[in-house]
Amino acid sequence: MKISIDGLHKAFESRIRLGIMSALAVNDRIDFSSLKEFLEVTDGNLASHLKALEKEAFIGVEKSFIGRKPNTKYFMTTEGKKAFNDHLGVLEKLIRSQK
Amino acid sequence: MKKEQDYIQDITEIRSMMERSSKFLSLSGWAGIMAGIYALLGGYIAYTFLNFHPDELFYSSSGSSSFSLPEVILLAITILILALGTAVFLSYKRAGKRNEKLWNPTAKQLLVNMMVPLVVGGLLILFMVLKGLIGLVAPFSLLFYGLALFNAGQYTYQEVKILGLTEIILGLIGSWFVEYGLLFWAFGFGVAHIIYGIHMNYKYER
Repeated sequence: MKISIDGLHKAFESRIRLGIMSALAVNDRIDFSSLKEFLEVTDGNLASHLKALEKEAFIGVEKSFIGRKPNTKYFMTTEGKKAFNDHLGVLEKLIRSQK
Repeated sequence: MKKEQDYIQDITEIRSMMERSSKFLSLSGWAGIMAGIYALLGGYIAYTFLNFHPDELFYSSSGSSSFSLPEVILLAITILILALGTAVFLSYKRAGKRNEKLWNPTAKQLLVNMMVPLVVGGLLILFMVLKGLIGLVAPFSLLFYGLALFNAGQYTYQEVKILGLTEIILGLIGSWFVEYGLLFWAFGFGVAHIIYGIHMNYKYER
């Protein structure tokens, strides 16, 4: 399994991936360039993190065209929502238990 | 294994990202204060110098009221441009301070959601001016501006929603008591903006 010892999902170990999930949790759909702006990362970096989340089936991709320019939008899947909520729950528990 | 501080840091970043990606937070309280001052000055000029005090729904050039409609419209447009210009300029400065760009996806969201009520209201008011329904211009501008703010409130500070509701209520009262239309207008665009601006400045910019 991809769960580490403290019970946190490995996919969320990176702050950038956590950031992507947080932004998608409060927006229906976000396009690539907006995500890039929110996270202040390079194209390649963001693309690789998005790929990883896509592989986990936590996010979905929607490709379309605006005129001739390709426009890629991302959204959170039900699975991703559950994983993200679980992650928040575990974080909360961990903080409580260490107090 | 991570430490407690790391977990807390994670949560802080999650919160900040949720906020940054869904709300436009570069609005400046000073923009509200300045808009209010322009509006009060404008209202004063309209009343005393341009002799604009519509006390009836209809205005006819042959009637007792003797103000020049083009001058009043010019004044209104000047106030609007001044207020908008100040707001954009101050937001631009504030976005810089927060290390954000002014024109980001949340700004877009905010504008799109304001545009629908504003354009509809603007057109309706234009029609009313053309048909001579001058008495309702001031209260209707309050009403539609309030609706725009209420709509926009979802995408920025919560207080904008309250300001919107205030303008809507003033607009409704002003539509009934047409003779006090300009007074309610000055109160809504002037006093309410200034109070809102001071509150925002105090709460978020200190």
